[in-house]
Amino acid sequence: MIQNQLPILIITIPLFCAFFISLSMGRSKTGVYLLFITAMFGSFLASCMTLLQVVNSNSPIHYHLGGWQPPFGIELVIDHLSGMVLVLISTIALLTAVYSLHPVRKNFSGRVHHYYTLFCLLVSGLLGMTATGDVFNLYVLMEISALASYALLTSGELASSRGLAYFATFKYLIMGTIGASFYLLGIGYLYIKTGTLNMADLSGLLNSDMLLSSVTIKIGFILMIIGVWIKMAFFPLHGWLPNAYTYTSKTSSCLIAPLMTKVSVYIMIRLMFSIFSVQYVFHTLQYRQVVVWMACTAIIFGSISALSQRNLKRMLCYIVVAEIGYMVGGVWLANESGLTGAVYHIFADGMMTLCLFMAVGAVIFKTGRVSIYAMTNIFRKMPVTAVVFLVGGFSIIGIPPTCGFFSKWYLITGAIEGGQWLFVASLLFSSLVNCIIFFRIIEIGYFPTFDNGKKEKNDTKVKIAEAPLTMLVPMAITACSLIVIGLYTNEIISVLIRWTIPAGL
Amino acid sequence: MTLVPFIPATPILAILVSLTAAPLIALSGKKPNLREFWTFLAALIKIALILSMADWILDGNTYSLEICKILPGLSIKLKVDAFGMLFALVASSLWIITSIYSIGYMRGLNVHAQTRYFAFFAIALSATIGVAFSGNLLTLYLFYEMLSLSTYPLVTHHQDQEARGGGRKYLTYLLGTSIGLALPAMLITYHITGSLEFSSLGVFGDTVSKPVLIGLLLMFLFGFAKAGLMPFHSWLPGAMVAPTPVSALLHAVAVVKVGVFSILRILTGIFGIDLLTGQNLNTWVCIIASFTVITSSLIALTQDNLKRRLAFSTIGQLACIILGAGLATKLGVTGSMLHIAMHGFGKITLFFCAGAIFVATGKRYISQMVGIGRQMPVTMAAFFIGSLSVIGLPPAGGLISKLLMVRGAMEADMVWVLVVYLISSLLNVAYFFPIVYKAFFCEKKEALFEKKFREAPLFCVLPLVITAFISIVLFFAPQLFSSFAWQMMNFK
Repeated sequence: MIQNQLPILIITIPLFCAFFISLSMGRSKTGVYLLFITAMFGSFLASCMTLLQVVNSNSPIHYHLGGWQPPFGIELVIDHLSGMVLVLISTIALLTAVYSLHPVRKNFSGRVHHYYTLFCLLVSGLLGMTATGDVFNLYVLMEISALASYALLTSGELASSRGLAYFATFKYLIMGTIGASFYLLGIGYLYIKTGTLNMADLSGLLNSDMLLSSVTIKIGFILMIIGVWIKMAFFPLHGWLPNAYTYTSKTSSCLIAPLMTKVSVYIMIRLMFSIFSVQYVFHTLQYRQVVVWMACTAIIFGSISALSQRNLKRMLCYIVVAEIGYMVGGVWLANESGLTGAVYHIFADGMMTLCLFMAVGAVIFKTGRVSIYAMTNIFRKMPVTAVVFLVGGFSIIGIPPTCGFFSKWYLITGAIEGGQWLFVASLLFSSLVNCIIFFRIIEIGYFPTFDNGKKEKNDTKVKIAEAPLTMLVPMAITACSLIVIGLYTNEIISVLIRWTIPAGL
Repeated sequence: MTLVPFIPATPILAILVSLTAAPLIALSGKKPNLREFWTFLAALIKIALILSMADWILDGNTYSLEICKILPGLSIKLKVDAFGMLFALVASSLWIITSIYSIGYMRGLNVHAQTRYFAFFAIALSATIGVAFSGNLLTLYLFYEMLSLSTYPLVTHHQDQEARGGGRKYLTYLLGTSIGLALPAMLITYHITGSLEFSSLGVFGDTVSKPVLIGLLLMFLFGFAKAGLMPFHSWLPGAMVAPTPVSALLHAVAVVKVGVFSILRILTGIFGIDLLTGQNLNTWVCIIASFTVITSSLIALTQDNLKRRLAFSTIGQLACIILGAGLATKLGVTGSMLHIAMHGFGKITLFFCAGAIFVATGKRYISQMVGIGRQMPVTMAAFFIGSLSVIGLPPAGGLISKLLMVRGAMEADMVWVLVVYLISSLLNVAYFFPIVYKAFFCEKKEALFEKKFREAPLFCVLPLVITAFISIVLFFAPQLFSSFAWQMMNFK
């Protein structure tokens, strides 16, 4: 029965595809591309069907690798939360894959197959991290995706920034490794105390009274959380992110920027509620307030930094830093609305970020410029891209009916319930700053350039020069999905997110 | 449930019709006549759809329609009641007239990017009708934001530096307040009460403490900054950089009235009149509104740019409407609802006149308009009628609504509000009549215009004659609109 094998197929399809693409030696570019798209589509299909199974049965799917029973063998656990994140990852991967045709050919003419191999490895790593039910297996997959992402990020955008990309990625490599080591160390502590690595098993053992008060466990938890925070670039551990994502190529940033951070947030939620418990994280440990304040700082810092950027991609990177604050803050609000908002925001923000990075990528692809002034005359030159960018921007600002509005709705509601007024204020502040950020760009695109108070001789004949169709279609789909997700918020919450709320919250 | 005499989806269609027109308009950019045909077609269908519901609504029915459940416990919902109907009728009927005027103005001045202009105009109208038919606060907020965004290209239509500045101000004030104040107020309300439905009893009940209520009230009042309450008013004079038909429809009618409409909905539907009077919240509303009424009228006196003077006059009149609602008596609220219509027709006439003067002579400043009645008697006569209506003098419709609001003030035993209305009207006289007087009765050597009949193009003059005429008709037949207001407040 193929249906029973779906969970592993989600991960193995891109994994094996990586080998095949590598073996092809890049003989046929089109062949590589088609194989690659097929693999991404297969993974997408498998994850959708798995999620469907989960939703239909309303119980998690446990898949035992090689038939080994947990806690000895590796186990994949796909419940509502991980199913959702799997669909998100494979959707973004598929859309980016289609989008990548022209930019990748242009950037890496002779090494297309290398690029796609890394792409596939990254995607399978991310999917594996999400699906696995084993903390050590998670570490391994985290390293696989991290290594692939280091390689992808070094592939610079423009000739001028290639050196910078190396340097930025090296910084990320150091930071990322430290983060992974923290996580590994944390696992070590847990393993010493419990002797198991399976999440469900861990959870059962940890919630016995003896261990909850143990300092070892506490340190283990803190180490793991900090490790994940480094990985997700949670302020003030975000230093590696902006440069690494700015200087890399368009497709790499489209893939990595929305996904790496969101998957890390997912892992944080997993750690907090599936391994540890609401009781332990929010009541035994007294860090809730501090983390919410840190999230507020992240939001405010990210927004202000984004405002001060003139490089389009770096601006988006700082927005990502702020959005991380949204999600971490939402989770640590320790109430149902907050967590609902955070989980919804994983989904919404993944698509939003993708939408913006794709639009910006298309602009850079056509103009060869990376500053915000690349958007000059954008409404006439690239009308579709401009609209996609607008929708993404509106979603980040939080204008209904885009999905960004509804995640804010829940996050703010959660903050009000929890009496966290500073978090409310930060969210509103960030929305307002985002207004300025995006309308500044809209102004650049919409108004002619003014010179000394005189209307400059505007090139009246701006020709339409849109990006190729393979870029436009995924962009348009992403933009539409922002509105569709927004309109189906009720369904998403009642069918999926409601089930992810852990007991006791 | 009684059978609905119209197609169940009529309110949705009424919103969508102009939204569908927008791409058609955009696609017919090369053929101006076809393009304008779409505008008129959409406008006529829209008003026909709205009128098809009018009788049924007047019989005392309301019609709600849930479009989709968007959050657990909250839905996007349309509701047609008498007040929404009144506003939708005003907006959609004025859209037709403005479209005629737009053609005259835009073609007369040969303005660029007319296609974009008509397309966004259509979208803005959709949003306006959406606000009118919103069934709960969330839906209202959605359309409110849609209106802010879709009018931005209209306000900044000229795409010069002045337009950029005006547009910045416009968005800063409107988005800033709606996200910074109205959104959290809405969320707090939802958190406290679990409901955002409009109902005449309000949603709060008796459990919410007064400081919280006052806080929310202030956040709502200032959050819907389209209503132009001071100190969040200065986007309106700034937005006067827009082409005049935009100023006319959007800034005398659609946009600003959406703000007032939203506030009235919140005062009557979220707080409820009983709570307003019971907790003495209405005094707060009255004080804030009165301050704006007087201050803006005083500022209007000092403005030489005609459109800016009209803008400050609008701010004052909007505050008058909120003041009427703030009285929280049936007469006061009825009067303020009616004033939305009356002031709409009066003010749009004035803006049309300002535009016609600009098209015919290129003049923007009042000091340059001495003796203009010699050249443009029709326009200036219409201007006179329009100002009568705004001031509230017979024989123009504005009198009826102002009278109601004044009676409301007496009913509420708030004599000082009466005085505010009086001062406001006197100030209105002071800033309108000199314009008219100087236009017709200046000395010969003062006159800047020759005695030669030279009006703006017919497409410009016709609409302002129509709206001036309607202003007078409304004096004799106020029931055209007042019947809805009475219905809403349950007067038989």
